[in-house]
Amino acid sequence: MTPGLRKLLQRTNLLVGGAISLAVVLTALLAPWIAPYHPIDDANLLYADEPPSARFWFGTDSQGRDILSRIIYGAQISLAVGLISQGLNSLIGILLGLTAGFFGRWWDDLVMGLTNIMLAIPSIIFALAVMALLGPGLVNVFVALGLTNWAYSCRITRSQVLSAKSLDYVKAARALGYGRWRIMITQILPNIMGPVLVVATLGVAGAILIEAALSFLGLGVQPPAPSWGGMLSFAREKIFTAPWISIFPGLAIFVTVLGLNLLGDGLRDLLDPHTSQQRR
Amino acid sequence: MAAYALRRLIQFIPTIFGVILILFLLLNVLPGNAALMAGGAQDVNVDATYIELMKKEWGLDQPLHTRFLDYMGRLLVGDLGKSFLRREPVADLLASRIWPTLKLAVAAMGIAVCLGVPLGFYSALRQGSWADTGSMVGAVSGVSLPQFWLGLLLMYLFAVKFPVLPPQGYGDGSLSHILLPGFTLGVGYMALLARTTRAAVVEILTTDYIRTARAKGLPGIVINRKHVLRNALILVLTTAGLQFGGLMGHTVIVEKLFSWPGVGSLLVDSIFQRDIPVTQGCVLFLILVFLLVNLAVDLLYAVIDPRIEYR
Repeated sequence: MTPGLRKLLQRTNLLVGGAISLAVVLTALLAPWIAPYHPIDDANLLYADEPPSARFWFGTDSQGRDILSRIIYGAQISLAVGLISQGLNSLIGILLGLTAGFFGRWWDDLVMGLTNIMLAIPSIIFALAVMALLGPGLVNVFVALGLTNWAYSCRITRSQVLSAKSLDYVKAARALGYGRWRIMITQILPNIMGPVLVVATLGVAGAILIEAALSFLGLGVQPPAPSWGGMLSFAREKIFTAPWISIFPGLAIFVTVLGLNLLGDGLRDLLDPHTSQQRR
Repeated sequence: MAAYALRRLIQFIPTIFGVILILFLLLNVLPGNAALMAGGAQDVNVDATYIELMKKEWGLDQPLHTRFLDYMGRLLVGDLGKSFLRREPVADLLASRIWPTLKLAVAAMGIAVCLGVPLGFYSALRQGSWADTGSMVGAVSGVSLPQFWLGLLLMYLFAVKFPVLPPQGYGDGSLSHILLPGFTLGVGYMALLARTTRAAVVEILTTDYIRTARAKGLPGIVINRKHVLRNALILVLTTAGLQFGGLMGHTVIVEKLFSWPGVGSLLVDSIFQRDIPVTQGCVLFLILVFLLVNLAVDLLYAVIDPRIEYR
């Protein structure tokens, strides 16, 4: 095997994951132009529960809406949930991790105590508890998931800060008389973004999965919005008569999450050659 | 050993206390709403005096810290409060649900360990082969699968297309009823264990002590069993413990999908009914199981890994 080919194969994760993620983003952005029907308004009970055909590629649901169109628009919901809630998680996690690692002392103890408690609560259960408080709805899903997974970002940021703190560039910045916040934000943060980005990418995948689960349970994004998980919540009763309703929305979730997970793995291999050798 | 166990037990207390505190605050920050729920009314057009009455009856008029202390005191004697809706003790409601949930979790765990660990081990020994690539692609896919979708597909395949298994329900609790939900719940976990096992074994195979064992002419099977597997198990066990929380979380979805009468179904129903004491009790139970499993894992380390110091 030539070295070039081997290198390419090692980057398969990155390439496949990146391609899938890009495709999902484009689908979400171009939804109004590529979807053959409107996801909510084009409902015609004459065409309810139609199997896949040339007219409706993925079939129709019980209200006669085109499943393909709903899946295309559903990409907008999934991506919005993934990006916004993970953005919130990263913001909380980075802020807490950065300050905890840099200031240390009682603040570090407090933040790490809270982080460990959050890690002891399974994400889905915490998200369910927040949804119990806020009630269902898209905005509440952003908030619930945005408060759920910050502990992972916090932990990785803190450990990176701890090892960066004793490095020469931080000492140099101190010697130059930079303030503490300036060192943290302009010196340390850009240098530790790699691992933080990896955690964030995997976090987007996780958030999309949990949103789908919440909507599946009926506690997340409410109908008629075309959420992938929500589409599946009506699929179970139809499994004997219209199994295609079960298949395609789930496939969309699976492919999207797989793409993001591969992208995250690929980024980790790229940014941290040491572990990638073990992981091959 | 006893001192180590005791130390771990003592470390366990602040975590569980913190979890209880955070959940209590989360679910009780809106006392007005709680009173409405206690009154069984969902809309806002309820008489104000009635709400006040309800607040008093359920002790919701007390300041938050008093209520928390009261709650903690009752928790210590195993009292989880009373259901707003059914006016029964939460502990009684939970009790009938615990066994199905534990059964489901153990089944999923068993499937995951029995398939995931050998799969990862085999992949690591055959690094770079098609079998390795295939099983690792399978492992990444397993992590990305939405459980409820897999459950729907399995339901379609084994209960509709080839009706060999019951599509849902607890039935008499026999093996045929538990196969589909157990496998659905176990797949993601299995994929994680396979990945971890593979990574651990690959790393161990490059260590000096394995080279030494080979050099002194130990047969491969002895090396694999005594040196590789035992060391890999420590890492696998850690992952298994840490990820068990995810498994407990996913029981909620799998139970709902398969109409399994466990704690997860009760939790979802209680959220829809805005029955906060029940929600609180279910959440606490699921987290407690997760924490206890981790405690058990920590104690198991000491048995498996002779290098652990019982400080």
